[in-house]
Amino acid sequence: MHVAYFTERPYRWVPEDVVIRNKAFFAVPNTYFDHVRGADDYNYYLDEYVYAEELGFDGVALNEHHGNPFCMGNVMNVEASILARITNRVKIILIGNPLPVIKHPLRMAEELATIDLISRGRLVTGWVRGAGSEQFFNNANPAYNREMFEEAHDFIIQAWTRPGPWRYEGKHFHYRHVNPWALPYQKPHPPMIIPGVLSPETVKWSAEHSYPYIGLGTSLGPTADLWDYYADTAAEMGYQAGPENFGYLIPTFVADTDEKAQELGKGFIYGGGQTVFSAPQYTLPPGYNSKDAIRRLSKQPGGSWLGVNRNKLMQAAIDDDAPIDYEQIRARAEGQLRKSQRNYLTLLGSPDTIIDKVKTMLTVLRPGTFVFFGPQGPVPNEDRLRNLELLAKYVMPEIKAYAEEIGLRSPFETPPGDLKLRTGEARGAVVDRSAVPTMEG
Amino acid sequence: MAVTVATREDVIQVGEVPVTVVRGGEGPPLVVFHDELGYPGWMTWNNELASRYELIIPQQPAYGKTPKVDWIRSYRDLGGFYARLMREQGWAGAPVIGFSAGAFAAAEIAAGCPSMFSKMVLVGPLGLRPTEGEIFDFLAVTIRTHVAATVSNVEAPEYGQMYGGEMTPIQFELFEDARAETARIGWEPFMFNDSLPHLLGGVGDLPTLLVRGSDDLIAPQGCITAYEAAVPNTTSVSIAGAGHRPEIEDLAAFLSAVNAFLGA
Repeated sequence: MHVAYFTERPYRWVPEDVVIRNKAFFAVPNTYFDHVRGADDYNYYLDEYVYAEELGFDGVALNEHHGNPFCMGNVMNVEASILARITNRVKIILIGNPLPVIKHPLRMAEELATIDLISRGRLVTGWVRGAGSEQFFNNANPAYNREMFEEAHDFIIQAWTRPGPWRYEGKHFHYRHVNPWALPYQKPHPPMIIPGVLSPETVKWSAEHSYPYIGLGTSLGPTADLWDYYADTAAEMGYQAGPENFGYLIPTFVADTDEKAQELGKGFIYGGGQTVFSAPQYTLPPGYNSKDAIRRLSKQPGGSWLGVNRNKLMQAAIDDDAPIDYEQIRARAEGQLRKSQRNYLTLLGSPDTIIDKVKTMLTVLRPGTFVFFGPQGPVPNEDRLRNLELLAKYVMPEIKAYAEEIGLRSPFETPPGDLKLRTGEARGAVVDRSAVPTMEG
Repeated sequence: MAVTVATREDVIQVGEVPVTVVRGGEGPPLVVFHDELGYPGWMTWNNELASRYELIIPQQPAYGKTPKVDWIRSYRDLGGFYARLMREQGWAGAPVIGFSAGAFAAAEIAAGCPSMFSKMVLVGPLGLRPTEGEIFDFLAVTIRTHVAATVSNVEAPEYGQMYGGEMTPIQFELFEDARAETARIGWEPFMFNDSLPHLLGGVGDLPTLLVRGSDDLIAPQGCITAYEAAVPNTTSVSIAGAGHRPEIEDLAAFLSAVNAFLGA
């Protein structure tokens, strides 16, 4: 199994009340950005990834968001380029580049090839559609999001593999002269991994391309359902999906004591946490979702997708002048954090406390890639580093041994899609629902 | 209120596209292009005008029963599509009323072929970069906020009929479809076309009535000023206290302006 470390690289200096008043991280005014602290953090996070390599993690994972102190990875490829040079062994995993948002697949092909070259073949490149708020920030038409995602992906593969020069006239992209001179180190191109929050369309697309799909902190039961959907699609494509096709990422904070982990783990709900990444009107811009997804949303007013449901979309504008009970909001968030731990959506505790929980996740979902999502909020550097150290020294050996015992092979050990099914042959199981613990509703 | 006019829906083939067209009334054709939220149903103002005209209201592709047309990627494309419909049905030369984004499409048609309309009524018109202010970014708010922003006079009798009550799943879906299509063809630049004013300068003496509610939150006064500057022969009417829906918010003032213009 491949074990990686990921952090959103949060900007840690925005007062929490500012985020709460804004009801979201997206659109917090950048007047709160301090360039000196920002410089310190960018450098620190790079050093943190280097430390993860030194401690023995197999990979370091980066992502990208825009206009949002929740994640300062605004131009992820720049950070990845630096890591390509200052690390030596780890895979550099991008989860992932928001293709429809960047709107320049030829440039993307060149940037990624450069990273792969500098790292001498350690790039694992992932693609995403970009969160709803990114469409606004980058003025990317949400109604063309999926079309542009697929066209950009197909173009990049061609740019990496088809001898140039050639001309490209697509629907959304047009290039007179495709002949990039930075081509990937890995042949035919870097491996891919597709992160997501259980959009069925993306799961299906990933399976059709034999790309590993990585669930971003999604609930065990629904994740198992989508793994099955992936495996069904894979079987239709003629292969047996296995651990190499699946990855899982989980918010984690480990400290020397459970008490300390619980206290600092509250960083995951700082300002409201991931559920207030962006306000509903920015999370689901018109046209961003498929018609089927909108239909599902319309019929499930209380249902939720990325913390958004029909009722929230029906809300009027935020009343900026309404009084806010900050303490009540924090207390509610703390309750949600406790519940998310009981439901295996967040791991907080000493190494001994979390090891069994991770093993349960591995048993149920059988992922070949497991990613620890590092602390959020204003957690001091020394506690962040201690978290990494404890994970590497005490948690990782245990879970790697367990993964070996139950046969969880990574996509770097078993190429996804290689295990072919004969015509008519039934596929094997990819999850173990019998191990799903009782969840709190 | 006059006796409710019987309406019917025709399906008219335009190339490969079956377009649903709502028709009602007697008299010469009066073409109506609905706004970005879609055809809201037959209202009192329709009824009143239907005593003198046959109202012809095509449902825009991707709205209601008319399927989405992939190659339509801008309001200029939409205008071209509507123009083909009008030519093929013999409606060329009819007067037109366009609402909001429907006015944008009408202006695009006029810019390309001024003789397509005998007169043009543009209500809360989008399509030109406002000389002052900004077109409200209704795609960056929730459906509820968007709908609420379109009406200033919430006491208008037909406001409740149009937007009142709990939104049903079907209404939610229709609104989302409408907003998705508006995003698809109007996202960037948002609901205007910088080449349009240059072409509108060539529409000659096409009589054009510009109608705007004084409290319109969607189309700022700068939209009207931009049309006044671009189109040679305009008359402007401001309806006091109305928002983006003057046809339901102040029916009398709206009909007075439109009847005076069309009858003149």
